[in-house]
Amino acid sequence: MSSTSRTNLSVNHRHVEISSAPMTRLSEVLREELGLTGTKVGCDAGDCGACTVLIDGDPVCACLTPVGRLEGRTIETVESLTETTEGRALQASFLRHGSTQCGFCTPGMLMASSALLTETPSPTPNQISDALSGVLCRCTGYRQIIAGVADARRLEPDDPSEPSVGKAVGARVPRVDGAAKMNGTDCFGDDDAPADALVVSVIRSPHHSAKFVIGDTDAYLSGLPGAIAVITAADVPGRNCFGVIPPMADQPVLAETQVRFVGEAVAAVVAEAGTFIDPSRFPISWDPVAAMMEPAESSAPEARLIHPDRPDNILIRGRVARGDIDSAQRDAVASVNGEFQTAFVEHAYIEPEAGWAEVDGDLVVIHATTQAPYMDRSDTALILGIDPERVVIRPTSCGGGFGGKLDVSIQPILAVAATLVDRPVRITYSRPESMASTTKRHPASISARLSVGGDDRLSLDFEGTFNTGAYASWGPTVANRVPIHASGPYRYAAYRALTTAVHTNCVPSGAFRGFGVPQAAIAQECLLDELAQHLGVDPLELRLSHALRAGDPTVTGQVFESGVGYVECLEALRQPRLDALQRAADFNRHGGTRRAGVGLAGAWYGCGNTSMSNPSTIKVGLTADGRTLLHQGAVDIGQGSNTVMAQICADAMGLPLADVELVDADTDHTPDAGKTSASRQTYVTGNATNEAALALRASMAALAGVDSNAHMAIEGPIVTMTSGPDRVRLDLGKLPTDEEGYVAVGVGTYDPPTTPLDENGQGNPYAVFGFGAQVVELDVDTDTGVITLHSIDAAYDVGRAINPGLVEGQIIGGIAQGIGLALMEEYLPGRNNNLHDYLIPTIGDVPEIRVTLVESGDSLGPFGAKGVGEHSLLPTPPAVLNALRDAIGKPVRRVPATPERVLEVINE
Amino acid sequence: MTYLLPRTIESALETLADREPTIVAGATDYYPALGRREATGDIIDISRLDDLRGISRRHDHWRFGSLTTWTDVVRADLPEAFAGLQAAASEVGGKQIQNVASMAGNVCNASPAADGVPPLLTLDADIELRSATQTRVMPIGDFILGNRSTDRQPDELVTAILVPTPPDGVVGGFEKLGARVYLVISIVMAAALADIDPHGTIRSARIAVGACSPVAQRLTKLEHDLVGSSIHDPIVRSIGEDHLAVLSPIDDVRASAAYRTAVTPVLIAKALRACAEVES
Repeated sequence: MSSTSRTNLSVNHRHVEISSAPMTRLSEVLREELGLTGTKVGCDAGDCGACTVLIDGDPVCACLTPVGRLEGRTIETVESLTETTEGRALQASFLRHGSTQCGFCTPGMLMASSALLTETPSPTPNQISDALSGVLCRCTGYRQIIAGVADARRLEPDDPSEPSVGKAVGARVPRVDGAAKMNGTDCFGDDDAPADALVVSVIRSPHHSAKFVIGDTDAYLSGLPGAIAVITAADVPGRNCFGVIPPMADQPVLAETQVRFVGEAVAAVVAEAGTFIDPSRFPISWDPVAAMMEPAESSAPEARLIHPDRPDNILIRGRVARGDIDSAQRDAVASVNGEFQTAFVEHAYIEPEAGWAEVDGDLVVIHATTQAPYMDRSDTALILGIDPERVVIRPTSCGGGFGGKLDVSIQPILAVAATLVDRPVRITYSRPESMASTTKRHPASISARLSVGGDDRLSLDFEGTFNTGAYASWGPTVANRVPIHASGPYRYAAYRALTTAVHTNCVPSGAFRGFGVPQAAIAQECLLDELAQHLGVDPLELRLSHALRAGDPTVTGQVFESGVGYVECLEALRQPRLDALQRAADFNRHGGTRRAGVGLAGAWYGCGNTSMSNPSTIKVGLTADGRTLLHQGAVDIGQGSNTVMAQICADAMGLPLADVELVDADTDHTPDAGKTSASRQTYVTGNATNEAALALRASMAALAGVDSNAHMAIEGPIVTMTSGPDRVRLDLGKLPTDEEGYVAVGVGTYDPPTTPLDENGQGNPYAVFGFGAQVVELDVDTDTGVITLHSIDAAYDVGRAINPGLVEGQIIGGIAQGIGLALMEEYLPGRNNNLHDYLIPTIGDVPEIRVTLVESGDSLGPFGAKGVGEHSLLPTPPAVLNALRDAIGKPVRRVPATPERVLEVINE
Repeated sequence: MTYLLPRTIESALETLADREPTIVAGATDYYPALGRREATGDIIDISRLDDLRGISRRHDHWRFGSLTTWTDVVRADLPEAFAGLQAAASEVGGKQIQNVASMAGNVCNASPAADGVPPLLTLDADIELRSATQTRVMPIGDFILGNRSTDRQPDELVTAILVPTPPDGVVGGFEKLGARVYLVISIVMAAALADIDPHGTIRSARIAVGACSPVAQRLTKLEHDLVGSSIHDPIVRSIGEDHLAVLSPIDDVRASAAYRTAVTPVLIAKALRACAEVES
């Protein structure tokens, strides 16, 4: 009866004999013993479903399956899909419909879909939702996945839909890096560590605030077979400190004598793979210190300083002021005001932080999931005390970022460990570790008063306090970005927005899709609706009458002569909103305890860094055999920059899209295209790509002696440049090559034209703003406070959609995260470090979403394009709250608006 | 650590008599609790005891083998009395969990928020336990002693869940409240088993509430008082504090005790209405 020996089973129709111990999770066996890394591990707890495989045809979580029980069973993983017609059709449909973004949940989605389709070849949307309900996706917002499954039995050969030359921009082409996301070969942070890599385990603080002393680590090591080394702060060779904003850098790689939040790293153990590290046995003694978890507590007079050099525990303040706010408020004819509160929000990318590192000669090479390879390089070099050129960051595919992978996490400790033990080292955060130790969205307490004067002009007095947690991270960015954006896209007679980022003993707050602006938008857009009601004006009309238009000064005094498409967004929603209002009225006519409501909200968002240089450089090379290689440094975290840059490059050079090959964002081969954040890549790196491609074409034209706008055609090693009657053929094989093997290189650098802000925040902080608005229709069960979303209409001014499918994916995905922020997500430090107590939207929580794209044609963006990554999320929470107020007649001003909080307001 | 994968119930029982291993069935609670720690001690994996899986009708009861999965329950052709149990089954995690998680595992894990327990309470389910030397049967309400605690002895294996044949005309309903649509750990859940006449009058009702006490509870006083009420009346208003006295909700990450108390009557009413809907 015992089965402690080998297990025989079939994996993807091949017999295998498994030597792993019988209680080893099937996910680990597939990945580590069989090398089938297509099956992903997102939580190891059955909460996310990324590891879904089929056992005898049924979808199960491989992470919850002991391999020992599988004797004689049949396992199918994502790697098997390409073997069947149906599997290939499903993959093709996912690509056609944009059902994948980062691709980390995709294997789970595909396998769950595959099981459904075998049983039910033409499933209804509800059947699809039921079947996929066990797989969480954080990128797509699910709607395009449902579409992909619904269309998956189109078995005819896939339409290549390759755009014609010169028409790549604007084409709805599938992602160029999609195939690997469909067949399990896409390589994420945990997917390609060498077999002999040692494993790094981090010892973390169980206390919010404590002093500590590490005991006898030699004795600990000698008592733990397989353990190689213990790393403490003393082992950090350079500066034991990192931070995304260099002057504010304050976080130790490993704490030295005190910890400031639960989950802070204090030591690391390096051990052979398979060694279990029990943190409770690590020799360390703790002396807890009373923790301060709220800004009100930590900024009180006499409060203990979390960082001695930051008085009152205040990290930074932000300010934008224009006009005479005091007299505008005093002389107002109507005012509304309110206090708003938001929670910590976890990024919950399905891929936990993972990577590996090794020393290669003079270089320390780090493979890591990241949004910002060059920033990782700078910080890691300081930590190692070596030149940045000696650190190489090789970004793996990134299984979702949303701002959470802008800060370093695993990179420094991997680098320190690799240099210390001189063997490859790897690390993969557990889900609880990822949630406990990495940044969150700032909780905000906002107080605001919105008024209208006798001249019918608005004024807004806004004050926000942000809980920035134990370390600086992106707190300064939030404090600076919020005052600029808290106005929303409107004209004001007077405006004042003040922000304060306050340290507490909470996990550091950092960057998360919108850098604090979603919190501000809740206050501003909800008050605008309340003002409309107060004035007896329709909320859409009130917005239209105060909407920012071309030529109007913003609250920082910036004037755009074009590219201000907010009015068009609102107008695009006029009819959908009327339809929603009609449906809600019909719903409510039936009576009952459920009440429907409709809410509108708008937003704007500056693309790129705030009043700071943030250049991107792109390089395109032409090889002697006629291949065009695009060194694409704008890390694709799922949003589609690989595809967008290829489309821009193709059209700028005049080549077929399929001829553009990508070189990834490795810091050793590819120039710095900045971080993937701030909705900047399409706009900033897109411009750099355009310039690089044009430069390459111009240099070929120069070689040919024709004018720089000449048409270029490449056939193998022969390039033909045509300009009017001139037609010159160049044989690339006869041209000299550089050290990388290129006969010609085009380099483009673009930095958005901005200006510094004065002491009142006046100036030109961003070169481009995106605009958008949404209408939410929902109902509330007034007995329980449970909200059911019916549908969402969204309209966005994206300048020009380089790839409409990807743009829609960004918008729908952002809306899904907005739903989470509005209704269910609240991270409680130290309490809900898992994906069953911390809730993110499932496939059933995202209603039908209809997207309208407004193409105002930005004057600065590449082909007129601007960013959309973050403003996609901004209107959703206030639109939900406005719909909620419409339904119940009272404002809910705290998010998440959980059933409990909603019921409380109903019963007030 | 030893891992044992018995193929017969007898050999499993022998092992249980010899040592006190951890029993793993679906393993869907085992691994999340383990996290990254090492699996230690003796483990007996009963997942290949095929005789323990399946649903069968006996002369005066229904027998649910202990390894019957929630998917098995969802897909089974069962009388309407089991509609509540089937509704609960379809909400035990996602499909991947339902495909392997066992009925007995849900009961033996003894979580206050176990989805299967309230409907089984309304069905007056019994737990069948076997050891190498004896078989005993006890009501599920007596079997679950508290949060994560049961009356199972170290040498015993739960072999079946036995449900007395429900009377004709009795219908089950189940309602669960959480902050999202799928993958919900209940804030509150309610199960009902009712005989409702065509006019909507409640002839008999059994009610159980979960996630509001260490062990889900039957509300017997309410069951008694509901007889003769109409499903069309505002049932919520007829549920008083005394009816809920057996509950002891707590504050946790999901909700406060006060909210749980406030919405429990609503959930009960919904569960009863679900019964009426199944009937029509």
